[in-house]
Amino acid sequence: MEILVCAKRVPDTSENEIELNRAGNDIQRDDLVYSVNEPDNYAVEEALQIVDRAGGSVTVATVGGEDDEEILRREMAMGAKNAVLLSDEAFQGSDGRGTATVLKAFVQKRNFDLILTGVQADDGAAQVGGMLAAMLDYPFASLVTSIEVVEGRKLKVSREIEGGNKEINEIDLPCVLSIQTGINEPRYVGMRGIRQVASVPIPTLDAADLGVDAGHVGERAAKVKRVDYFAPPVGKGAEMLEGSREERIDQLIELVRAKGGLK
Amino acid sequence: MIADVIQSPAQATYWLIQGRVLFLVITLLGVVCFAYIVAKRMTPLMRGAPDFRFDRPLARLVKVLQFWLGQWRHPRYRTAGTIHLLIFAGFIILVIRAFSLLILAVSDHFVMPGGHLYDILKDYAATIVFFAVGIAAIRRLVFKPARYAKGNTADAIFLLALIGVLMAADSVFEASKAAAHAQTGQAVEFLATLSMPWVLKNALISASLPTLQHLNLGAFFTHEVTFFFLLCYRPFGIQFHVETSLFTIYFSKLDRETLKPVRWGVPDDQLDQVKSFGVKTFEDFTWKHMLDFYSCADCGRCSDQCPANAVGRPLSPRFLTTKARDYSFRHYPMLGRSNNGTALVGGIYSEDEIWSCTTCGACEAECPLLVEYIDKIVDLRRGMVDDGKVPQSLQKPLKSLESRGNPFGKMEKKRAEWAKANGFQQTCPVKILNGKESAETLYFVDSITSYDDRIQAIGRATAKILAQLGENFGILGAAEKDSGHEVRRFGEETLFMALRDHNTEAIRATGVRRIVTADPHAYNALKHDYRFVPEVEHISQTIARGVRAGRIQFNPVEYPDNVYAYHDPCYLGRHNQVYDDPREVLDAIPGLQRVEMQRSRDRSFCCGGGGLALFYEPKEEQRMGVRRVRMAAEAGANVMVTACPFCMVNVEDAIKVAGMEGKMTAIDLAELAGQQIAATPNRED
Repeated sequence: MEILVCAKRVPDTSENEIELNRAGNDIQRDDLVYSVNEPDNYAVEEALQIVDRAGGSVTVATVGGEDDEEILRREMAMGAKNAVLLSDEAFQGSDGRGTATVLKAFVQKRNFDLILTGVQADDGAAQVGGMLAAMLDYPFASLVTSIEVVEGRKLKVSREIEGGNKEINEIDLPCVLSIQTGINEPRYVGMRGIRQVASVPIPTLDAADLGVDAGHVGERAAKVKRVDYFAPPVGKGAEMLEGSREERIDQLIELVRAKGGLK
Repeated sequence: MIADVIQSPAQATYWLIQGRVLFLVITLLGVVCFAYIVAKRMTPLMRGAPDFRFDRPLARLVKVLQFWLGQWRHPRYRTAGTIHLLIFAGFIILVIRAFSLLILAVSDHFVMPGGHLYDILKDYAATIVFFAVGIAAIRRLVFKPARYAKGNTADAIFLLALIGVLMAADSVFEASKAAAHAQTGQAVEFLATLSMPWVLKNALISASLPTLQHLNLGAFFTHEVTFFFLLCYRPFGIQFHVETSLFTIYFSKLDRETLKPVRWGVPDDQLDQVKSFGVKTFEDFTWKHMLDFYSCADCGRCSDQCPANAVGRPLSPRFLTTKARDYSFRHYPMLGRSNNGTALVGGIYSEDEIWSCTTCGACEAECPLLVEYIDKIVDLRRGMVDDGKVPQSLQKPLKSLESRGNPFGKMEKKRAEWAKANGFQQTCPVKILNGKESAETLYFVDSITSYDDRIQAIGRATAKILAQLGENFGILGAAEKDSGHEVRRFGEETLFMALRDHNTEAIRATGVRRIVTADPHAYNALKHDYRFVPEVEHISQTIARGVRAGRIQFNPVEYPDNVYAYHDPCYLGRHNQVYDDPREVLDAIPGLQRVEMQRSRDRSFCCGGGGLALFYEPKEEQRMGVRRVRMAAEAGANVMVTACPFCMVNVEDAIKVAGMEGKMTAIDLAELAGQQIAATPNRED
């Protein structure tokens, strides 16, 4: 099975103190460290596991610039056979639809049986996967928490639904799935692994290579625009329970029960 | 010459075969079998990874004298140790006797070397060994010490019984001949008074000559057959150490505080060319580590001391070894070729088992045969890291160490903020050695002391003490990265090397002459894992020196009723033998009452481990720290003094988990010293 995973490089929220810049239109970007968007990493792991079972190969693609190559290398160190950087000045400032347009053009140049995206990017809107499916006229399932390859051109996928329940769907290939974290336990990628793929060339495809009309992507074509950035006001502090240990336990049980945590 | 009333075994006839011929056949068969078995056992060693153990023969000889001939560690377990010492001493004495008997089997009237003195010695030796194996068997069968549980008791008893048979047969052989000679007025062999042959001789003195002759030949035959059977049977079980222990100890690790390189003979800059890291299949172990597996006597002392085993984690060092040994026996069968190897982790070991170790070193401090564990655990982890098999709980901190130089993912620029908190900067300014400032001494802070709110207090106490001592010191600030101590011990060698190289460069750029740290893990890393950095000292050593030189005076304790117990951090105590300095500091504080926990010094009980061990989520029934805190309470203490930031985290957590708040508190040695330090040194003299 030929699998494409669409990945994105994002500032890692666990390793950065995200603050607004002075103008208030973006976050402070100096001194940030980046990593591959977490759900995308799960998607790559899932793709690798499917290939282990059913054969084929994994390709990872990202829309971005030179800096974004680092996440492609990391995913290659993880085991992805191919990586492609989709990069063009014209792509800059794209909204979700613009990014999906670029990815669609790439998918149409190759033959993929299955396309995986992370459920959403840390700095994104969880829309590229769905739009890409629609543009390609492929079936789509979101919030996928397990994938089973059934005979023929079908998959059985389970999806997370409200209340922690799961539903099982059958879906025809080719399709697009957005992957939820926790679907697997991604393997560790160490420095040594990255160093081993450090000199593997990663092809870059631009608008012309992909046959993307520059007018349909990028900042000018974007129909969703960020107008403001703000940090939510700090809410009321934590409620401190008072009294003896037993009294505090009783109060806590009462609180949890009132919120429906105990039945 | 008068003919002997007792026929010698070589002359005698056994089932129509002449003794000489029969015993020659048995001897040849035994020797050939043994040689074949040993050759088979050597096969994996030849295929194992390289290990450099042929250097420093003198130092190795000293090890042999101390740990093999001197049985140095055996008395640590009084009863079993004494029994073993007796058996070992007996065996050493009986080696000459055994060879004499082998020669006697084919050569008439061979005269044993050694004379009367040796005769007396060997009679007593045989007697002592006989009773010692008897007591050992009774211990195993009746008293059943817990550490023998899940072992192969039947096999152990069988082996002990065979030794007993050897001793008894030899004694009957001697006694029957002496009794016959006494009856017929021939020269009687001298038998040591009250020894087993002596007692038997007196019991047999009135037996008929033919009976004595039969007993004599029967005993000799039994001895011969048992001897060769035992020789060929030992390589299949726990008694193989009789043959291998000498080599295991001779080739034992001389620099025990260092960690094994990824691959012996491959320098760091060529590691990228090594295809696979660590131990994945059996042949990835070094030949010495394989020899360790053979040598293990399954005595269970390692696991008896292992904190991971004590709290119910899925790790027992003893089984780590015996599982590998059993696997190697299956993998390299006596008949036929070796089977295809399987992955060790996922096969005989589980991932959790290998991650459960805190590398505290309690097992290695105990093993009478100096079997190594930490290097094997680290090598197995290197293999898992190389295959990407790292628990999710460790992946985040490792990633943060790569990108931010600390496991918490905190900003580099905030690394020195501990020195500014609570107005500390005004009372005790700490220089940052970033090129503009210089100093004599570097205080290496390391990650947890830099970033953890609670532990930062240890950093400030350390700085205060250094200032009080008049040290010209500074810190690296944002240029400091994690020492990588646990990064290395958790198997991420490449990341460790990056951290080490970065810190080495940063330290050397400051031009400092020495390094001080309050973190035993950083201390151990800088001292043993780093090269080309100045001398490093733990703050407890610095304080002790100050106390000795009279440069530090302490105020009397505020609450004289408090009872203090010092907890030896693994990487200060067991791994670096700093046991006395911290105690000396405590004892220099006027009015401080100190007790020792039962498990202290090289038997200290790990509090749960440092560095990445704080992030790992083990499967366990209890926390190590909770056990440790209870041990302090049992010793009668209500204050636990540690000298390690990770011990502080674990112990303070454990006090809460154990519900002992108000009954037990924890304080770091540097904090206590900083708090008790008198403002100005006593200048009266």
